[in-house]
Amino acid sequence: MSTPLTVVLIEDERGVRRFLSAAFGAQDVVLVEAETAKMGLAQVASHHPDVVLLDLGLPDGDGIEVVRAIREWSDVPIIILSARGRETDKVAALNAGADDYLTKPFGIEELLARMRTVLRRSQRTAASPLLTLGPLQLDLVGRVVRRHGTEVHLTPTEFRLLALLAQHVGKVVTHRQLLKAVWGLHTDEHVHYLRVYAAQLRQKLEDDPSRPRWIITEPGVGYRLREE
Amino acid sequence: MRSSRDGPQGRLKIYLGASPGVGKTFAMLEAAREARRAGRDVVVGLVETHGRAETATLLEDLEVLPRRSVRHGGVALEEFDLDAALARRPDLLLLDELAHTNAPGSRHTWRWQDALELRAAGVDVLTTLNIQHVASLRDVVAGITGVTVQETVPDAVLDRADALELVDLSVEVLEQRLREGKVYLPERAERALQHFFRRGNLVALRQLALRQTASRLTSAPTTGSIPAAVAGERVLVAVGDGPDAVNLVRAGWQLAEALGGACLAVHVELVSGAPLSRETQAALELAASLGATVRRATGEEVAAVLARLAHQERITRIVLHAARPSRWRRDSVAAQLSRRGCPVVIEPRRDAGHHEHPSRPRPAVPRGAVLRAVLWVVGAATAAFALRSVLSTADVAMLFIVATAVAGAHPHPAAGITAAVLSILCFDFVFVPPFYTFAVSDVRYVLTFAVMLGAGIAVSRLTSRLQRASEAASTRARETTALLNVARDLAAATTPEDAAAATATHLRGVTHREVSVLLPMVATGLPPLDDVDARDHAAAAWAWQHGEPSGAGTATLPATPTSWRPLRAGGRTVALLGLRDPLPAATADGERFVAGVGEQAAGAIARLELERQRRRDEVAIEAERLRSTLLSSFSHDLRTPLASVHGAATTLLREAERLPTPVREELLRSIADESDRMSRLVTGLLDLSRLEAGPLDLQHEWQSIEELFALVRLRVEASHPDLRVEVNVPAELPLIRGDGLLLEQVFLNLLENAALHAGNAAEVRVAIRVQAPWLEVRVHDNGPGVPAEDLERIFEKFQRGSTATSRGSGLGLAICRAVVHAHGGQISAHNRASGGFEVRIALPLPADPPPPVPMEEP
Repeated sequence: MSTPLTVVLIEDERGVRRFLSAAFGAQDVVLVEAETAKMGLAQVASHHPDVVLLDLGLPDGDGIEVVRAIREWSDVPIIILSARGRETDKVAALNAGADDYLTKPFGIEELLARMRTVLRRSQRTAASPLLTLGPLQLDLVGRVVRRHGTEVHLTPTEFRLLALLAQHVGKVVTHRQLLKAVWGLHTDEHVHYLRVYAAQLRQKLEDDPSRPRWIITEPGVGYRLREE
Repeated sequence: MRSSRDGPQGRLKIYLGASPGVGKTFAMLEAAREARRAGRDVVVGLVETHGRAETATLLEDLEVLPRRSVRHGGVALEEFDLDAALARRPDLLLLDELAHTNAPGSRHTWRWQDALELRAAGVDVLTTLNIQHVASLRDVVAGITGVTVQETVPDAVLDRADALELVDLSVEVLEQRLREGKVYLPERAERALQHFFRRGNLVALRQLALRQTASRLTSAPTTGSIPAAVAGERVLVAVGDGPDAVNLVRAGWQLAEALGGACLAVHVELVSGAPLSRETQAALELAASLGATVRRATGEEVAAVLARLAHQERITRIVLHAARPSRWRRDSVAAQLSRRGCPVVIEPRRDAGHHEHPSRPRPAVPRGAVLRAVLWVVGAATAAFALRSVLSTADVAMLFIVATAVAGAHPHPAAGITAAVLSILCFDFVFVPPFYTFAVSDVRYVLTFAVMLGAGIAVSRLTSRLQRASEAASTRARETTALLNVARDLAAATTPEDAAAATATHLRGVTHREVSVLLPMVATGLPPLDDVDARDHAAAAWAWQHGEPSGAGTATLPATPTSWRPLRAGGRTVALLGLRDPLPAATADGERFVAGVGEQAAGAIARLELERQRRRDEVAIEAERLRSTLLSSFSHDLRTPLASVHGAATTLLREAERLPTPVREELLRSIADESDRMSRLVTGLLDLSRLEAGPLDLQHEWQSIEELFALVRLRVEASHPDLRVEVNVPAELPLIRGDGLLLEQVFLNLLENAALHAGNAAEVRVAIRVQAPWLEVRVHDNGPGVPAEDLERIFEKFQRGSTATSRGSGLGLAICRAVVHAHGGQISAHNRASGGFEVRIALPLPADPPPPVPMEEP
């Protein structure tokens, strides 16, 4: 990353803060640390960071509330740092507007990769109509999908689902977000729609549908269209 | 009678005197003051000064318990406050006049019961008693003084006293004290001297008191009922029906006492369940209160029953009343017993001549039977008259005898006697010369008359006996069947609650009364008294605490509507049985049935409670064992990587500059690898503990097994490039409901397990198919398999296959099992015949398929 980035880290565990500050020090990233939700919100407001890293288990409040509060006035990418076994919180935070998540413990490489993804997306002006993923070419405006140069015929629903994933390429989209955007459903009860359509999309887009490379399942959370 | 309470008993000391005024209370108070000087905690529960100044002086600086005011019939009575005494719980408590009867509404009917309860609670009790109040001496005292004492103390209480002190005063000094007004106020004293306190009375009473004390010095104190092994005299009192039965019991008891032996009071019932006469009931109660063992036996022949009992109980003497002058009994019971070789002591009847019949309620004369008897005789007479030309006189007599016999076939003798008398009259009047007079010319006809009468009575008696025997048999059969049913239901019960419910149901059915069986609650160890009538609380609590019956029909809190009896087994009370409106005490039958059921129920409840306790213990032990294995395995598995991480990190901190780059990198890599291993271990344990906490946390979403396997396969293939994974999926695989993250973990663990155990170039095959109502997943490898003995334990935590490297956490298959079970599925491990290890998982297919997905044009 060429220009220095500003990252606000809202995390109450000192060990994690220390490790990240060391890691970012070598990466030309300005790290602003906050131990509590309240402090974190103040830092986000005053520093206008490029990325917010948010731990869900804060001593003074619910991380999901922090996501909602930030989303009231900012589109800054938010990456959730959460422990395993708190999938419900994670999904709630994603539904509230967080961009992605990482399960602790995580390596610095993983974190940097996620950050790159969200930054690329936030820097992309509007949703760029053309997307190339390996052998796949998606033209969201022209509603054309090609695989190895051959046009693939998608049903309208399949296309809506793929387009939604493509708009958030690299980022996980929750079941609820998908069901709401594609079918206008407001419950998680119809996850089986997604199972069926994900399988259909894989049949049409993947080279080996039993080893899906592009349409990735995030168990218990949602789907992700992988970036190259 | 023994207290259910643990801890040492107190001591009961009785100051016994020949008459009022000898100084019992005085002696007791002096002893109390002595005890207080010795530093003991002394409280006066209740002492009557009777206005005596010297007594009042002694009382002055002792702590006196306030009395309890009771209103009874508009009169305010002051009573000893037992509850306050128990709450105060002194070392030593003074309680005057042991023979006192408590006011109605008190817990116990008699004060001696208060004293025993205090003693059972660990309080030493000092008390006083006059000789005329000793139960077994009541008759003797009445004989001497002409006064029948109403308030008595059972001899058993004296026997159970830890000390008995005679307060003796010569007759002269007592008379002197009376005259000086030290016993009664002067105006009453003179009258007393002329009546109860006549010199003759005083001398006799003093002798009685001296003798009583002396006899108790020679006999070791018994515990109330007959000690199990008494060598020596055993006296059986055959309690009869008459009002004199009470006297016989006293006489028998005194004989047993004089012989230093035990006493057994027996009442023989011809018919089981026949109501006892009031007199018999009183006699048996007296016997029980004296400390005799009380038995009720049933049998045809009184003598046979007594002889059998005498043999069984090694009785040395049978005390019974002289036979009543009997009209038709050939042989007295005493004579029969003598013939059987039983030693018999005959007591003269005191009521001889007064009472021909016991006051047993006699059945009313059956009018219908008498009328039928008359009709039979009239019929016989008519037939005989019509056929008189062909019949001889003897034939006519036979006809009448037959009529008499048939009519007499009724348990009540009235029918037989009516028929006999009527037959004789008809026969005599019509058929015996001189005809149509009642005169008899031939003396031989008198014999005929006698036969007629005899036939009538004999048939009636036989019928009566037969009927009684069959009634007894059917009662016994009913009782036996009922007891068998209870036993069957109790044996089938699996919890103490079941047993209690079965007991209540059976007793309700037989007694037609409201029955409750209360079990102690886990929280308090007490029965749930909130569920019972508020009037029953005190009695139920008392019965529970003391392990003795209370409430209606007993001497403790008799005003309670329910009779409470503890169900005891193994020396402790396991439940309480409450019987609303207790059975009339006189039905030995019902009483025996209730007691029998109670005994069975107590045994069953105790057994089931023990069983429950044992199961609880087993579960606790198993859980503890698991916990400790888990802990030791876990700490081992965690400490190993921690040691590497810590070692590498500290080395880097100290020596970073001096270490060559490759070494530094190796140390860093080791930190990364080992912490990764720890992370996987902790993640696994977290998953497990979440699963073990209960399946509530599961996310039940529609899942595609195929999709999950695709995901897992990519991950495993990325980390094990040499591994080949083949997944066989049918074209139309139904979705199942489950937690995606956990199922993913299962499949990941299975594939990684295969990679770990089957070596690098392993092949793993996954076969998924529908075997309604299951979705079956088989994962097998081409590795060496697992030793047969490991197959059993392979799903346990921290069980690593013997071929495993140290990289496995030992949690993989345990997590698989927990997840599969949480989804209602099954998992098993096998060695394939063709080689390789296989895990089979069956996950339940949902009962209802997911709602259809809206389809569209392709």
